Amino acid sequence: MNKPFAITLEVGSSLANKTGSWRTMRPEYLDRLPPCNAACPAGENIQSWLYHAEGGDYESAWRALVADNPLPAIMGRVCYHPCETACNRALHDAAVGINSVERFLGDAALKKGWAFAPPAAGTGKRVLVVGAGPSGLSAAYHLRRLGHAVKIVEAGPLAGGMMRFGIPKYRLPREVLDGEVRRILDLGVELELGRKVTDIRAEMAAGRFDAAFLAVGAHIGKRAYIPAGSAARMLDAVSVLRGMEGEDKPMLGRRVVVYGGGNTALDVARTARRLGASEAIIVYRRTREKMPAHDFEVEEALQEGVMIKWLSTIRNMADEGTLTVEKMTLDDKGFPQPTGEFETLEADSLVLALGQDVDLSLLDGVPGLEIRDGVAVVGPDMMTGFPGLFAGGDMVPSERTVTVAVGHGKKAARHIDAWLRDTRHAPPPKHELAAFDKLNTWYYSDASKTVRPMLDVARRSSTFDEVVQGLDESNALFEARRCLSCGNCFECDNCYGVCPDNAIIKLGPGQRYEINYDYCKGCGICVEECPCGAINMVPEKI
Amino acid sequence: MIQQTIKFYQTGTFTVGNRLLDESQRSVQANMERTNSLNSGHRACQGCGEALGARYAIDAAMRATGNRLIAVNATGCLEVFSTPYPESSWQIPWIHSLFGNAAAVASGIAAALRMRGQDDVRVIAQGGDGGTTDIGFGCLSGMFERNDDVLYLCYDNEAYMNTGVQRSSATPPTARTATTMAVGDEPGNPFGTGKNVPLIAMAHHIPYVATATVANLRDLEAKVTKAMALRGARYIHIHVPCPLGWGSDPALTIRIARLAVESGLFPLFEAAHGELTSRTFIRRRVPAAEYLRLQKRFAHLFTAGAEAQLARVQAIADRNIERFGLLAPESAS
Ligand SMILES: Cc1cc2nc3c(=O)[nH]c(=O)nc-3n(C[C@H](O)[C@H](O)[C@H](O)COP(=O)(O)OP(=O)(O)OC[C@H]3O[C@@H](n4cnc5c(N)ncnc54)[C@H](O)[C@@H]3O)c2cc1C
Ligand SMILES: Cc1ncc(C[n+]2csc(CCOP(=O)(O)OP(=O)(O)O)c2C)c(N)n1
Ligand code: SF4
Ligand SMILES: [Mg+2]
Repeated sequence: MNKPFAITLEVGSSLANKTGSWRTMRPEYLDRLPPCNAACPAGENIQSWLYHAEGGDYESAWRALVADNPLPAIMGRVCYHPCETACNRALHDAAVGINSVERFLGDAALKKGWAFAPPAAGTGKRVLVVGAGPSGLSAAYHLRRLGHAVKIVEAGPLAGGMMRFGIPKYRLPREVLDGEVRRILDLGVELELGRKVTDIRAEMAAGRFDAAFLAVGAHIGKRAYIPAGSAARMLDAVSVLRGMEGEDKPMLGRRVVVYGGGNTALDVARTARRLGASEAIIVYRRTREKMPAHDFEVEEALQEGVMIKWLSTIRNMADEGTLTVEKMTLDDKGFPQPTGEFETLEADSLVLALGQDVDLSLLDGVPGLEIRDGVAVVGPDMMTGFPGLFAGGDMVPSERTVTVAVGHGKKAARHIDAWLRDTRHAPPPKHELAAFDKLNTWYYSDASKTVRPMLDVARRSSTFDEVVQGLDESNALFEARRCLSCGNCFECDNCYGVCPDNAIIKLGPGQRYEINYDYCKGCGICVEECPCGAINMVPEKI
Repeated sequence: MIQQTIKFYQTGTFTVGNRLLDESQRSVQANMERTNSLNSGHRACQGCGEALGARYAIDAAMRATGNRLIAVNATGCLEVFSTPYPESSWQIPWIHSLFGNAAAVASGIAAALRMRGQDDVRVIAQGGDGGTTDIGFGCLSGMFERNDDVLYLCYDNEAYMNTGVQRSSATPPTARTATTMAVGDEPGNPFGTGKNVPLIAMAHHIPYVATATVANLRDLEAKVTKAMALRGARYIHIHVPCPLGWGSDPALTIRIARLAVESGLFPLFEAAHGELTSRTFIRRRVPAAEYLRLQKRFAHLFTAGAEAQLARVQAIADRNIERFGLLAPESAS
């Protein structure tokens, strides 16, 4: 016998014993839909770009971001970030500051001069885009990347739409806007400024366009009937804000009253303060809770000394600027009802910020086109009733935000592309939601959101400097690393570590893991200990 | 191994790995080249804490010694499920002799290595709580008092699991086992019995004593690594849930081990030469009931009339928290 001492049989390995046969349930990797992504109106894959940012690879992060949205520096300033409202981390400590990281990436791209990847090979198709607001710009960008020739016709003197002629500078500096517009044009998008399209069919025929995307926005200020003396100074908010872009700033006087409760009302009141008004009073007929404006904007306005009169309507305006205001009360359905109690307010000007209507005159006589409640009706593919004519942004039913407009532009571009190829664009099925209860939060360390440094109030209300400052690199990295990576493996090695049977195979950086079903007994520890909910237990087919 | 103190990570160092950390600062278990000392195909039950604890500890010791290691194993589940002769899951030099003599066999191997002048080869003895705190206790105490150059690892699953869940001197009060049935006035294992071997080891004034758990890999690896950097008798007592014996869901093995720590029932500490030198703070304190409720061996504590028993278990947890100072200063209440 030629064996070592005390050995009578060859030493064997337990690998001969395929313990995987014990299994009745099997773990499987999956990607779940992070709540931030689910909530993003522009369809950004937020979790994915944060993943790149976490590693400090900002350029890859930016590239992942602009695959969906070409305007990150703008987004990082004006987006109302529904992603943060939905963010799972809010249930743990505080939501990830997604918006500030987006801004950091957008600014980094502008600073470093990162350019978009060149467009796909030319398709020979021509698409007309009407309006260079966010929706038109987004559609043009996506269509151009897909290889189509794109021309934008814009009525105004500069591109940007409401981002330029609505949103004030102190929230969106114009260098940022110009930089992001320029980058889209650099892709080879043609832009004609200063010409209003008056007949869409004629325009398409003249330019031999194969399809068109309309994004003319909503620019006609709504009026309310307020009896007023002939010398009373009554203006509309959109004109006031548009006037801010010209040489001669609007004359509002020292006491300005703004009528309305949306973000536009706040922007006008804050602008009035910056123009030197000692009093800027917003009059709104309902309560703060019912106000459509966002809370943080109300807060910032109040800090700047804007005053707000809740539950009040304006009845008339006399010549010398005396406003009669009636107190309101909410009925049990939450609607404001008059009380018969009046008071007066002194005002040099009254600015109406009651919302905007769409100028749809360029669509006159287009067959099949339907208009309902003052906006154009489109299908789920963003196409109007007239084949080849698509529309999006404020001119179709929407929440009327920059982000929704960008999302419409992207979606329309995909459907236009399919339509031009005689196919249909079918978006891939959505993953199930990575809800908070799918996470194992033990593994996440606690750290609160980095609050964006605020310019001090005094400085802010007297200048048009940007109010909210960006994150610097270390802050941005910290913030990105707070992401829980909901529903998507971030290679924390937990599954690889916690398996008592070594049945997880680590494939190496960026490659994730595989399960060795020869030995996996189906205990489910990996599923339980996966921080981000990227493994699922499914019954074994027996 | 360095214990990470970087604050601003997504997951701190609570996860096994962290792609954002420098390779040298990641755990042994995160490494693609880890030894997998205890390989696949072993016959441990689904979700076995002992199999996991053994791989964690021995892989860390292998890394710490540059793979110059011999392990002695007492009889018990770990030996039986890993090595049904002539098959073995062990990928390291490994020897089994008897149930009660692991410490003595290890002492002998250490002596032989010393005689041969092979001081680069290190020795580990390992066994279950029965093999350690009961039948092997004499050999263990002898190994300690002679300060033999051995690291002894006790995998504490709180009963004689391999032979069908009989009580050991490490079985906690109230736990139901095959020999402490949940009947009578004081159902389960009686209060006032058992022994605390880590504290007894400290009383031998050996160079190093620590407790560890499968719920805290980083802490466990750091302790094994530290132990392997020292010479003389060393002891690490590792808490390893047993789904079969405890009546718990195999998927919850780590969660249960974590709750034992977070409730204060299993304190994590280190001692050198008889003095307590560190403790691992509780991160999110929980009532003992949260730990107990997940295990059928404690089911009788959640029936009417068992309130006093439950309160006594909670009192043990509270006493541990106080005695070992388990709350971080800022969260102490
Ligand atoms: C004061 C104010 C503040 C706002 N603040 C925010 C904010 O902070 N965040 C946010 O998300 N949203 C904000 N919004 C809403 C947001 O600006 C709009 O929802 C968004 O700009 C709509 O994009 P759009 O592309 O549909 O239209 P627009 O941005 O309105 O762009 C339409 C463009 O089409 C051009 N055009 C119109 N008719 C024609 C024509 N016939 N021919 C050629 N060109 C034409 C217009 O000149 C304009 O440039 C704000 C709006 C206002 C008014
Ligand atoms: C001298 C002797 N007595 C009894 C046994 C039977 N026996 C084998 S393993 C075991 C229990 C082991 O319990 P423990 O040490 O806690 O390890 P576990 O199986 O729980 O991991 C017993 C009693 C034996 N092998 N030798
Ligand atoms: S934690 Fe990250 S992935 Fe999860 S919702 Fe927030 S940003 Fe998205
Ligand atoms: Mg045991």
